[in-house]
Amino acid sequence: MASAISSPRAGRRPRERLAALSCGLLALPAVAALAAAWGPAEIPPLAVAKLCWSQLAGGTTSASWPSSWPLILFQIRLPRVVLGGLVGMTLAIAGATYQALFRNPLADPYLIGVSSGASLGATLATYFTWRFSWGGLNAISLAAFAGALLATAAIYFLARVGGRTPVTVLILAGVALGAICNAGTTFLIFAAKDAFQSMHAITWIMGSLALADWDRARAILPYLLVGLGVIGWHAHTLNVLQLDEEQAQALGVAVERSKRLLIIAASLATAAVVSVSGVIGFVGLIVPHVVRMLWGPDHRFLLPMSALVGAVALILADGVARNVFAPRELPLGVVTALVGAPFFLHLLRRQKREVF
Amino acid sequence: MHVLEFEGVGFSFRDVPILREVSFAVSPGEFVALIGPNGAGKSTLVRLAAGFLRPQRGRIRLFGRPPQAWRQRELARLMALVPQGAFLPPTYTVWESVLLGRTPYLGFLGWASAQDNRIAREALQQVGGAHLAERLVGELSGGERQRVLLARALAQQPRLLLLDEPTTHLDIHHQVSVLALLSEVCAGGVAVLAVLHDLNLASTFADRVVLLCDGRLLADGPPAEVLRHELLAPAYGNSLKIFPRPDDGGRPAVLPNPERA
Ligand SMILES: Nc1ncnc2c1ncn2[C@@H]1O[C@H](COP(=O)(O)OP(=O)(O)O)[C@@H](O)[C@H]1O
Ligand SMILES: [Mg+2]
Repeated sequence: MASAISSPRAGRRPRERLAALSCGLLALPAVAALAAAWGPAEIPPLAVAKLCWSQLAGGTTSASWPSSWPLILFQIRLPRVVLGGLVGMTLAIAGATYQALFRNPLADPYLIGVSSGASLGATLATYFTWRFSWGGLNAISLAAFAGALLATAAIYFLARVGGRTPVTVLILAGVALGAICNAGTTFLIFAAKDAFQSMHAITWIMGSLALADWDRARAILPYLLVGLGVIGWHAHTLNVLQLDEEQAQALGVAVERSKRLLIIAASLATAAVVSVSGVIGFVGLIVPHVVRMLWGPDHRFLLPMSALVGAVALILADGVARNVFAPRELPLGVVTALVGAPFFLHLLRRQKREVF
Repeated sequence: MHVLEFEGVGFSFRDVPILREVSFAVSPGEFVALIGPNGAGKSTLVRLAAGFLRPQRGRIRLFGRPPQAWRQRELARLMALVPQGAFLPPTYTVWESVLLGRTPYLGFLGWASAQDNRIAREALQQVGGAHLAERLVGELSGGERQRVLLARALAQQPRLLLLDEPTTHLDIHHQVSVLALLSEVCAGGVAVLAVLHDLNLASTFADRVVLLCDGRLLADGPPAEVLRHELLAPAYGNSLKIFPRPDDGGRPAVLPNPERA
């Protein structure tokens, strides 16, 4: 009996975790190549790999493929796949971070209204054609960041009851805040005079990678590096913060400072991806959940594994979004909600015991 | 030098005085039991000592400095805390929970070294919990959880252990073995300040007993001096009978008084 109990828990052995990470690392480029191959102009996945290889090897043009392929692949599909990977990775990590900080399994950038706040900021900047920029970031990204940060701060203070954030209060406050922000965004679409602005605004509400290009991917990269870097650096701190604040403090964590830093980092990363992709729900909620259920709650593993799963999931979802009703595009947020929400309900029903 | 020092400490929650003029000190290697009826202010005193609360009057010294003057990480290497009824995440394994005690020593990205693993394993063995290592905390009994918290505190390798009712959920065997373990730790030079409800455990294991009642320190001394009827009666009423132990007359035995509940 005792020996059966003391064998390491399934999924938490270092070997299993290493294997899972390796699988994720192999799956990511494979899925990316498949997604890049998928589209109205069929490019075989193998040709994708060959084209990438020849590009890396110095761009030698070969006659073995149509001359349009490199253009389609490198200017249209790859930037979109890469941006999709960055967005998925970031939403998953931000979700895991919010869940840990609020000590609440239902916190994610979408449900607690942070994405909606960012989206409202971005829409405001678009509507009023704000022109300022700072630190290489244009007005849209800055406004999205301000929106995300304000929404986080509002949630943090609204939902705290005696130093904790109860599930119901957090979700109600998040839903209310999200509704306010979405109403603002929708009003701006309504008030917009030209169609171009409305199209932008719909992107913010429903989520889409239709505007993807290399410039956008490059523009958000520094913010993701800083935001996700800070979170990764504090992976063990997130483990300790699952205790109450006094215990965390007694174990040597500067609780208030770490929390502030991590909230800013998660909001920075969320704002950066929302500024290029709009509001995409459920990735930040479900991915960390699945990873936690399969491999346990240690953030030193949870964060990198969630990043890989989130990237793969969003690249696949975007493939569906742009191809199923081609040439019309489905908003990406619709796909993630349609796949993610039932999956989440299924998980909740199957695993009634506590998952957090 | 004292490990922990209270000097004329007064503390109130929103103008309601909880502690008044409390002065006492704990030296290295000393086992001090803090006793007193419910609501006497024992937990508040422990939280003041740990630096979670600041006194409005008087001063507190932890290793010679006010608790707030320490960096959290440094302090966590000197002092460990087992709070009353502490929350542990139910999906952590016992091993993961005990390893959290090494937090103030962990280096880059929080990876545990072989030494950290060894110290945490020894701490878990000391509380008799080696066989629990891979169990989920959510599946433990109250007493098992309590021992996990104690193992985590031991893994911090502190010079001062603050324990708030560490034996509350334990059966008599584990109560005795935990207190014997604490005495052993004390013999190694660690100071222990433990809130105990069981006066016989305090009498049996403590070097000194501090009696707190209504926020005032009523007595402070060896068990035989503090566990006397005239000192305990103001705190606990006339509900106790006190005898010299047959095997160790210096340490009184305390029994319920059947005539006066
Ligand atoms: N956070 C708080 N706010 C207001 N009063 C409190 C708080 N915590 C404790 N008290 C009060 O302080 C007194 C002492 O509490 P405590 O230190 O927990 O007692 P003990 O641990 O000795 O049973 C009690 O009357 C309690 O109601
Ligand atoms: Mg108490």
